[in-house]
Amino acid sequence: MTWRPALARGWRRISGVGEAELVPQARLSGPMPWVIAIMVALTIIAASAGLALRNATASAAADLEGGATVQIVEANPDARQAQASASLARLRAMPGVTSVRLVPQSEVDALVEPWLGAGALDSDAIPVPALIDVRFDRPATPARLAALRGVLKPIAPGARVDAQSGWLRPVFAAMASLQWLAIALVALLAVALAAAVLLAARNALGANRDTIEIVHLLGGTDAQIARVFQRSIGVDAAGGGVVGLLLAAVVILVLGRRFASLGAGMVDRGALGWADWLLLALVPLAAVLVAMVTARITVLRSLRKML
Amino acid sequence: MNQVADGEIVHFDNVGLRYGTDREVLSDVSFTLFPGSFYFLTGASGAGKTSLLKLLYLAQRPSRGMIRMFGADAITLPRDRLPAFRRRLGVVFQDFRLVPHLSAFDNVALPLRVAGVPEKDIARPVGDMLDWVGLADRKDARPATLSGGEQQRVAIARAVIGRPEMLVADEPTGNVDPEMAIKLLRLFEALNRLGTTVVVATHDVHLLTKVPDSLIMRLDKGRLSDPTGALRYPPRRSSTPSSGPLAGPLSDAPL
Repeated sequence: MTWRPALARGWRRISGVGEAELVPQARLSGPMPWVIAIMVALTIIAASAGLALRNATASAAADLEGGATVQIVEANPDARQAQASASLARLRAMPGVTSVRLVPQSEVDALVEPWLGAGALDSDAIPVPALIDVRFDRPATPARLAALRGVLKPIAPGARVDAQSGWLRPVFAAMASLQWLAIALVALLAVALAAAVLLAARNALGANRDTIEIVHLLGGTDAQIARVFQRSIGVDAAGGGVVGLLLAAVVILVLGRRFASLGAGMVDRGALGWADWLLLALVPLAAVLVAMVTARITVLRSLRKML
Repeated sequence: MNQVADGEIVHFDNVGLRYGTDREVLSDVSFTLFPGSFYFLTGASGAGKTSLLKLLYLAQRPSRGMIRMFGADAITLPRDRLPAFRRRLGVVFQDFRLVPHLSAFDNVALPLRVAGVPEKDIARPVGDMLDWVGLADRKDARPATLSGGEQQRVAIARAVIGRPEMLVADEPTGNVDPEMAIKLLRLFEALNRLGTTVVVATHDVHLLTKVPDSLIMRLDKGRLSDPTGALRYPPRRSSTPSSGPLAGPLSDAPL
């Protein structure tokens, strides 16, 4: 097979593995691997926040998109009960409706208790509407809601029908903004990482300028010298990247547990899936790639100034 | 002199060199170097010896004139072809230019590694070469721990390890005692007998008489004079031994 040697040559060109040690490994001096580790950690945390928000939004939207709430507004408790029962029966017979549930009185009491206080509903002094949770097999479009209203009008003239997703539209909009913020942060951190690596590569190059010139005059090619640098800087960036990934993973797992323990519906649905973790693991790889490409370009530019 | 003699290794024709807008450090330099010849380049300090050598080892392009090297036009040679030409040269820099982080061994091995010689074929010739320049016991020493003379010998070993077609040495005996200077000259002669063209820049007039059949190029304020006529007429050729120790590894040759 001819692609194998070609692949091996390509890998050798990029990684420099197998190249003779022409010059000492030009380590990113001092704190640079740590700077890369911190950058990678921050990038992963920002990216994971964005992914968690996306998951939570998608999960909530899927739940709410196909749902509608019917409120039977009727002051007389008996009439209200009768209208609710009739509505339930009618809705169950409606095509496209997958489930219909009368929200039990205890749940309704629990919903309004924070505002009205315990025991306020025992007497029928305050009429609270009966609630019916309707699930469609498809998203609750305005046309479907209108059809629902049409069906219910003769049975329960005071019925109010609302799409569940409509209530959370402002929340979804806010979450979308936060996702954009996370994307912008990831982009900014990537630029900062590239800048840090560029400075580090220039620093390493400056410290080894004499060596580079000697190897150059002994017949070393630009590509040979660039490979030595990109390999050593890549090794350092990989070290920083792994540390950054571990740091971020600890933060994400701890925060994830905290949020999960809240048991607050939408929040704990933001858990990261394996595909998300795979995406996050690509961040250090991208950092290594950015570091190596930056180092290569910097070294080649510097060499081109020599004869 | 536009007519180029057959078998030339280097040909300079009306070469001039200036740095920036300063006056020319080399003017109207014309000469031909023939394969297997031994040249001394002499002249007072500031005469332009190092500048001429820089042109020879392709670290500098001239401001004017024409240079042919190994049969190619060195001035219009594309940049990506220069490394292959540089690998045919051995250079002893005036300031040695050893890689400070590498041991004496690794410094000497550098040209072989640059040329892609496998590691298994490096240890023996480099060890032999270090032995020959008397530094076998200092092979692991870094340049900073070596004396000036030792550094110079490492630099020379590095220049000759690849058996270059042309050796260019800038004051190679400047930092060594007279006995070692003669020994190093013998090394250059041995290399020369193997066919390497040798150009040694020196201001030590006593050295000029130490190598029989050597040719002298004298630089005076950037202009070349020709006391032996070597630059106008092809030199007498040294006889190359067809057998003997020089037919084997270089390091086996007697000094």
